Amino acid sequence: MRTNRFVQISLKVSALLAASVLLFILYFLVQESIPLIKTLGMSAFFQGGWYPLEGEYSLTPMLLGSLYVAIGALALAAPLGIVVAIFGQFYAPVLLGKVYRGMVELLSGIPSVVYGFWGLTVLVPWITYWVPPGTSVLAGIIVLAMMVLPLVVLTADSAISSVPRNYIRSAQALGLARWGIIYRLVLPVALPGILSGIMLQSGRALGETMAVLMVTGNVVQLPEGLFKPVRTLTANIALEMAYAVDSHRIALFISGLLLLLMTVLIVSIAHYLKGRRFA
Amino acid sequence: MLNNYRPDLNSFLIWLVAILVAVLPIMMLWEIARDGLPHLTLSFLLDEPSNAGRSGGIFPMLVSTFWILGVCLLAVIPIGLGCALYLSECIQAENPIARWVGLSLDVLSGVPSIVFGLFGYAIFALHLGLGFSIVSGGLSLACMVLPLFIRTTEHALRSSPPAYRQAAEALNLSFLGFVARILIPSASRGIAVALIISIGRALAETAVLIFTAGYVTRMPSSLSDSGRALSVHIYDLSMNVSGGQNNAAATALVLVIFIILINIFAHRMSRRWQT
Repeated sequence: MRTNRFVQISLKVSALLAASVLLFILYFLVQESIPLIKTLGMSAFFQGGWYPLEGEYSLTPMLLGSLYVAIGALALAAPLGIVVAIFGQFYAPVLLGKVYRGMVELLSGIPSVVYGFWGLTVLVPWITYWVPPGTSVLAGIIVLAMMVLPLVVLTADSAISSVPRNYIRSAQALGLARWGIIYRLVLPVALPGILSGIMLQSGRALGETMAVLMVTGNVVQLPEGLFKPVRTLTANIALEMAYAVDSHRIALFISGLLLLLMTVLIVSIAHYLKGRRFA
Repeated sequence: MLNNYRPDLNSFLIWLVAILVAVLPIMMLWEIARDGLPHLTLSFLLDEPSNAGRSGGIFPMLVSTFWILGVCLLAVIPIGLGCALYLSECIQAENPIARWVGLSLDVLSGVPSIVFGLFGYAIFALHLGLGFSIVSGGLSLACMVLPLFIRTTEHALRSSPPAYRQAAEALNLSFLGFVARILIPSASRGIAVALIISIGRALAETAVLIFTAGYVTRMPSSLSDSGRALSVHIYDLSMNVSGGQNNAAATALVLVIFIILINIFAHRMSRRWQT
């Protein structure tokens, strides 16, 4: 094809520009964080407490809060999501399966503030009724699980539907039972895709801000139980960015950097899992 | 598939889980509809908010939301389309540049939205001096939506028939002519789907916008003015304004209706695109 130099170059530039957004963000966060890390040392961000006005910037309570809520949400959403994907593919009548899928797609697009709003007005009062104060790790886990579930279902669904149809037809022809086909054939073949999807969603869960912020109570403390309030890393940034200055502000940038690095790790693991075969 | 077997214990359990899992989300949608619908009138859509949003409408937020979306798309479409064209037409998938660009986009699509908010606040609002404005909000949002738009557009471009490319080659068409006259029109439905999905993602976003577009409730007078998006309005009404719940529910309902329409639209488009 007759190529045009100018067009080729401008396409290349836009590709590199898009790819460099990540580098920009990384560079900028590192460059903002370095001065404070140099003066206080890395360990200052993992020991002591979070009293930004007195110069104590330990991120440990928030980091643990984030991990508790995200892991809890995934522990709830991952098995349910896989079961729901199996339901949609193999158990539901064709029409119901379609409706169910449409519903899941719709839910995956519902804004996180809407989930947070529902959690705040409905879920938290419920929990308060049983165990006050209501705004708690548990509320965060439930709301986050609801948000992540549709995405787990969609990725598991696409992993399952990429299992070659003739495997399943052959298994049927051999007279295997339905659950046997699913458990022994479909799941092992689809496992890398499913796990990779769950990994990606754990990144989503860790990075979610608004919904979690609205229901977890935002008290800076080490998470002590399901019914105690916590503050997550993301919520901390959203709550304090408005008035943070100097070192306090830099500490928030450092938490942003920490989140970014965790994302890079999670996405790399997801990539690695996707390339693997278990069966 | 496999749904013509006789039901057994396992299938009973799976049906049970599927039904139970659906309960909470359906309840959520129903409750938002129930609380929001009585307040969702034409004057709610067309009035200025009063009393910190407890009463009055959401007209300025609708306007700000659309302006933010406009700025975002204005940045996303040219860069995203260019990048997608580059990845699908100009370079082999195994090429190291393509792999690095791809990896970078994958990581970028996993970056938490609050990090985009931080970045946008420091770069667009402070460093470039745009302040809390619709422009900085839109640009920060663009960084977030970009990977999604590029990946879906690239997919659409790649699924146009290779015979088109061969025919264009045989006719000695110019690259630009091939792209503008053949490739993009033939993939236009897929690109439209990509655009619609990106709009949905952008509309749903809150954390990016709080520190970039700001949360002033008045009508934005220009693009460099601060404006509050619908999602930020819901957040503020439910967290910071006591007694704002009814209007928050109504605003949430407006946003959910937008998302539902976008979903239906994308479905229609992609169905026609596939046949």
